[in-house]
Amino acid sequence: MKLSRRTRAIAAVAGAASIAIIAAGCAPSSDSGSSDDPIELTVATFNDFGYTDELLQEYMDANPNVKVVQNVAATSNDARANYFQKLGKKGLADVEAIEVDWLPEVMQYSDLLAPVSDDLKDRWLDWKTEAATDADGNLIGYGTDIGPEGVCYRSDLFAAAGLPTDRAEVAALLDGDWAKYFEIGDQYTAATGKAFFDSAGGTYQGMINQVDAAYEDPDSGDITATENADVEDIYNQVLDASATQSAHLGQWSDDWFAGLSNGAFATMLCPGWMLGVISGNAPDVTGWDIADTFPNGGGNWGGSYLTVPANGAHVEAAQDLADWLTAPEQQIKAFANAGTFPSQNDAYSDDTLTGATNEYFNNAPTGEILTNRANAVTVAPFKGEFYFQINDAMQQALTRVEDGTQDKATSWDQWVSEVDAIG
Amino acid sequence: MTSTQTAKPAAASRPEQPRPDRSRTPRRIAFGHKLSRWDLKLSPYLYISPFFILFAITGLFPIAYTAVISFMDWDLVRNSGTFIGLDQYVYVLSQPKFWIALRNTFSIFLLSSVPQLILAIFIATMLDQNIRAKTFWRMGVLVPYVMAPVAVALIFSNLFGDKYGLINTLIGNIGIPPIQWHSNAFASHIAIATMVNFRWTGYNTLILLAAMQAIPRDYYEAAAIDGASKFRQFTAITVPSLRPTLIFVIITSTIGGLQIFDEPRMYDQYGTGGANSQWLTITLYLYDIGWGQWNFGRAAALAWILFLIILAIGVLNLLVTGRLVRNEGSRDGLSRRARRAAADAARHELEQRAGTNGAPARSGAAPATSADDQTTEAAR
Repeated sequence: MKLSRRTRAIAAVAGAASIAIIAAGCAPSSDSGSSDDPIELTVATFNDFGYTDELLQEYMDANPNVKVVQNVAATSNDARANYFQKLGKKGLADVEAIEVDWLPEVMQYSDLLAPVSDDLKDRWLDWKTEAATDADGNLIGYGTDIGPEGVCYRSDLFAAAGLPTDRAEVAALLDGDWAKYFEIGDQYTAATGKAFFDSAGGTYQGMINQVDAAYEDPDSGDITATENADVEDIYNQVLDASATQSAHLGQWSDDWFAGLSNGAFATMLCPGWMLGVISGNAPDVTGWDIADTFPNGGGNWGGSYLTVPANGAHVEAAQDLADWLTAPEQQIKAFANAGTFPSQNDAYSDDTLTGATNEYFNNAPTGEILTNRANAVTVAPFKGEFYFQINDAMQQALTRVEDGTQDKATSWDQWVSEVDAIG
Repeated sequence: MTSTQTAKPAAASRPEQPRPDRSRTPRRIAFGHKLSRWDLKLSPYLYISPFFILFAITGLFPIAYTAVISFMDWDLVRNSGTFIGLDQYVYVLSQPKFWIALRNTFSIFLLSSVPQLILAIFIATMLDQNIRAKTFWRMGVLVPYVMAPVAVALIFSNLFGDKYGLINTLIGNIGIPPIQWHSNAFASHIAIATMVNFRWTGYNTLILLAAMQAIPRDYYEAAAIDGASKFRQFTAITVPSLRPTLIFVIITSTIGGLQIFDEPRMYDQYGTGGANSQWLTITLYLYDIGWGQWNFGRAAALAWILFLIILAIGVLNLLVTGRLVRNEGSRDGLSRRARRAAADAARHELEQRAGTNGAPARSGAAPATSADDQTTEAAR
C-alpha cells in the first residue's frame, strides 16, 4: 500500500508547518523600551538566601512596573554548573547568585558581568569587596552574606573532661593561636580518650583561610603552593594533632552527620550557617554551644554574592534590584528568614541582628557572637584560578593520612606531584 | 510487482550478453513508471531515515564535535579555543590518575558483570520453573531496576559507612574488625559493584527468562524421557540455547559497566572518587575534569579515549563470543559471505547444467543446503 502523491504532498506541508510552529515558539520575545514599561526580572539563587515572597513583594510594591520572579536551585553546585554553561550566552537570570567557593572562577570572566556602581563599594566589609574586585578595579558582586567562624563545642562533653562549660570561659580557654587549640585538645583526649575535633580537613580549612596567599602568587598567578612554608607547616601541624585528636570523620559524610549527634567529637569550627546544620542533624542533643573565639584571630568560611550578567535584557533594572536586595535593611530581614549573616557594615549596629539568640545553642547570643567574629576577620585570602583544584587535592591528601591509606610524607609527596600536574 | 515486470524483458535480452545477471538494459519507460521504481527503491530508506537523521544530529555531530574540542584548549564560557594538537591526549595518558581510573573501571566492571550474569541465569532458571504467582515473582525481580540509581546509592551508603555503617556494626558484633569501605580500594569496588548488581540483576534476569521461555519444551520432555537430570537439562539445553541472548546481555553490560558513573559518584559526599582515587572511574574522572575544572578540551580527549576503549572491548567481545557461540540468528549457521559463496556456486552449477536459460528466481534455497553441508563438513 502506498500513499497517493496528493496525500503525500499534504503530509509534507503539514510536517513543514509543524516545524514552523515549533520554530516560532522558540523565537526570542524581543522587548525593549522606556523605564516605565512593565518588565519581569528573574533572580536565581540556591539553597536558601532568605528572599521570601513577602520580601520580593515589597520591591514590587515600590516599583509597580517590575515583576520579580525567583528561581531557586537546590545546591550551589547545580547553580555553578548552570552559571558557567550559560554565562556570556543566553539563558541566565537577570540577577544571578554566586558562592564564594566558585568566585575565583567567576572572576576570570568579570568582563561579562555588569560592575557594581562606585558609590556602593563602602557598603560591605573591606575584605568582602576586595575578593570580588577584578584587576581593573571593577567590583562585580553585590555581597549578601558571610560565614564568620566561631568554635562550636559540646558543653556536656567538656564537663565530662573536666573543662569549663560556660561559653565565656570556653572562649577564654581557647583564646590564642592554633597551638593553644591543639593543646586544649590534648588535655581533652588525655582526660576522655575521645576525639576533640571532627576532621583534619575541616580544621585545615579554618587554618589555611588565615593565610594571605596560600597557593598562588597574587601578582603573577603562578602556583606557589608546594614551596609555601606556611602550607607545609599547617599541614604538619594539623596532622600531628589529628593523629590523636581527630575523629577522622570527613565533613558531610554520613559518619560525620552521625558524629554530630553521637558525641564522636567535642568541638568543631563553626561558621554562622553551620549552626543550622548542627541543630538540624542533631535535634536531640542539648549540649551544643558556641564560643565567641577563633584560634589565631578571625576566620570566614563561605558566603555569597549577587551578580548581574552584562548581556541581560534589563541590566539597569537588574542592578537596581540587586542593590536593593543587598542593602542592609533587606539583608537583616534575610538573616531573620534564613540565618544568612550580613556582610554589610551598617547591619552590624542593627538591634535585630545583635539581639539575635539561638535557642538550640542554649540561647547563645549568636547575633552578637557572629558580629564579633566578623569584625575579627582581617585577612581576605587570595584565591586564584587554581585555588580549588589545589585545595581539593590537599583535602584528599589530608584524608589519605587520616584514613590510614598513606603516611604524612608520602601523602604530601603525592599532593606535590598532583599540584605540579595542574595547569 | 514492478520489479518482476521489468525483469522479464531483461531476461529475454540475455542471450546476446556474456554476463547478463545484475545489470539491466536501459530502456525508455514512462515517468510514472520511473517514479514507482524510485518509490520501491528509496522508500525503505526514507522510512528509516528519521532515526538516522536524528542520530546524526544528536549522536554523530556531538561525537565529531567532541573530537574537534579534544584538540583544543577550550574555554566553555567564551565558546572559543586554541588548537594545541594532541597535547590533551598526552596529558591525560600521562596522568597516573587515568591509569588508576582505568584499573578501577575494569575492576568494578568485572566484579559487577560476572556475578550478576551468573546470578541472573540462576534466578531466571528458578522463575522458569512451575511456580505459583509467576507474574508476582517476575515483577519482583524488576523492582530494584525501577529505583533511581541515586536512591540506591543513598541506601547503600548507609550500609557501607566506615564507622557507623550497618555492615560494619553487624560484623563488629561478632568480633570481626570493621572493613574500611572508603579507604581500601578493593572493598570500595565490591561495595559499588554490589549497588550495580542490586540494580541490574533483575533486568538481566527478565531478558534471560524471556529467552528461556522461547526454548521449545519438547527438548526438555525428550531429555526427561532419556533420563537427563534437571541439572543436565540446564547445562545441555538451557545454556546452549541462551547463547545468543547472552551475547546481547554481555555487550550491553560491558557498555554500561565501562560507563559506570552514578554509583561511584554517590559513594561518598564529595563524588570525586576517593582521597586516593580508590573508586575513581573513567567517567567520574571525565566529569571532574569537565565540570569540576571546566577543562573541556581535556575532558573531550578523555571522552574519546573512553570511546576507543569501549570500541576495542566491544570488538574483542564480538570476536570472543562469536567464536564461542554459534549465531542462532541465521537459520543455517553460516556467515553471510559463506552463504553468498554457496549461492554463487550453486547458480554457476545450475547455469552450466541448464545452459543460460533464465535462472529461476528462488534458485538459492535447495543447492545452498547442499553447499552448506559441504562447508560444515569442511569445517570439521
